[in-house]
Amino acid sequence: MTQRYSLAYLLLAVSGLIVVVPVFWIVLAGFRTPISLLSGTWQFDPVLDNFLEVLFSSTSDLLLNYRNSIIVGLASTCICLAAGTLAAWSLDRLNWPGWVTHVFLGWALVFQMIPPVALASAWFGMERAVHLDNTLIGLILAHATLNLPMAVWLMGVFVRDVPNELVEAAKIDGASGRELFFSIVLPIIAPGLAATTVLCFVFSWNEFAVALNLTAKETATVPVAIAKFAQDYQIQYTQMAATATLSILPALVLLLIGQRYIVNGLTTGALK
Amino acid sequence: MTQAGISTASIAPLARPARPREDEKLWRWLSFSPALLLMLAMGALPLVNLLATSFFDVTWTSGSANWQPVGLAHYRELPADPLVAAGITNTVLFALGAVFGQLVLGLILALLVTRIPRGKVFFRALFILPILIPGIVVGAIWKLMLNYDFGLVNQLIGFAGLTAQDWLGDSGTALLSVIAVDIWHWTPFCFLLFLAGIEALPNDIYEASRMDGASPWQDFRYITLPLMIPTIAVTAAFRLVLAFKVFDEVYLLTGGGPGTATEVISFTLYQRFFTEDKVGYGAAMAIAVIFVISLLLIIGLQGRRLGRTA
Repeated sequence: MTQRYSLAYLLLAVSGLIVVVPVFWIVLAGFRTPISLLSGTWQFDPVLDNFLEVLFSSTSDLLLNYRNSIIVGLASTCICLAAGTLAAWSLDRLNWPGWVTHVFLGWALVFQMIPPVALASAWFGMERAVHLDNTLIGLILAHATLNLPMAVWLMGVFVRDVPNELVEAAKIDGASGRELFFSIVLPIIAPGLAATTVLCFVFSWNEFAVALNLTAKETATVPVAIAKFAQDYQIQYTQMAATATLSILPALVLLLIGQRYIVNGLTTGALK
Repeated sequence: MTQAGISTASIAPLARPARPREDEKLWRWLSFSPALLLMLAMGALPLVNLLATSFFDVTWTSGSANWQPVGLAHYRELPADPLVAAGITNTVLFALGAVFGQLVLGLILALLVTRIPRGKVFFRALFILPILIPGIVVGAIWKLMLNYDFGLVNQLIGFAGLTAQDWLGDSGTALLSVIAVDIWHWTPFCFLLFLAGIEALPNDIYEASRMDGASPWQDFRYITLPLMIPTIAVTAAFRLVLAFKVFDEVYLLTGGGPGTATEVISFTLYQRFFTEDKVGYGAAMAIAVIFVISLLLIIGLQGRRLGRTA
């Protein structure tokens, strides 16, 4: 009996190491000098140079990139959450003809399968035509659109669970459709809102393919900045590592405080 | 006042809905229109735009675009493009290899975690970590780990007395390495869904099988696996869709190289459209990719319908 458990624990511990060690390794690389990293020595004298360099040197825009990522993440999440939740409720309860629901959800499904690079190429031309190229607004709209299908589906699951008796009771009490939505439905689906918020923000924060092609120097997000370090003639491994470390901090915070919502969002979105 | 009170009370059920009905109609449109507008303007319009662009050759002279109609020429070029051929082959190999690995490992991990008496929450938190890491950072992590000269993988191999490999620089191992990195990145997602699926399975079947003296393997083979098929199918579909779109990791790890060893279709599209600025040709490629994907989706849905009726 105990033997069976110890084998399970052993396998899980090994898997856990495989997950954690590479992440740990890049964090350590951020604290090393280029010479110490490139010589492959195991001797480790931590230095802060890389972090100071990427954060405060005049040649680095990381603080600006960070700001851009936060703005784009928050704004696109707000749009997604508002548009997605309203649409989910509308399609589920406001008596749209069946074909409207089917066409919209079907289109969202196909849209989800299109490679972001293909969309980026179209957005690039369209946004240049209306002078939104290389602006944060252009990227915010793009990220909101990329995440909207997920938001509609996810909120759809939570909206379906709102009991009909409650809705009928509120209507008899004279609540309008709008009042009903804002004062009765929203509080009920709050856990779904939390899960959707976390996922939309994380996906926007992590998104690279579209951000790479729709931004310029002043509007680049953090993933674009990380790619820059790996792209120059001489790959700056230690600075790339420091930037990467700084970029996963929000994810680590979310993992600590919002794990429940992440699990809830990912499993509900996929399985229901 | 009293008169009005009486009259409104008596006619209220008839008269009141008149204005609210207009309100309700407005609310119905207001609630749906933000999503609809976004999906039309940023979702459907780009496809129309790409389709239109794909029939032209766009060249730039002193800041203004010249549109030269070329008919279907771009579409005829596609099959002969060596990058397209390599991109399709590698994308299919990558998607199948990575997703298969993720499903098997994810299922094993989920089974292990449901089995242990303590530490379930701890391991789940641990395994979520890669899902939250940006794809580009996953690329950066493994660029360090797989580096020929100082990567941890080669150092460990050296300790074991084996010869170091140029994992990303050798065309024999490059695609396998990218697949392995994707397995590292997304096995946790499969694990998470499988764990939720297994935990939702009814307990009484297992109690019945225990009374019949079934072994753990028989439990898995004849109860867990058949009951998990729908969850596994959904997870596989999810992962396949994402795997076909792979870009970030390839961009940072190999840039499609060496040669065309890790050329994937998203990367081909990026090179032709953005790097080489072949806007018309890139648009044709994007339309072709979207067409094939829609076809796969229709086949998949049709297959599911057939499977359900059978």
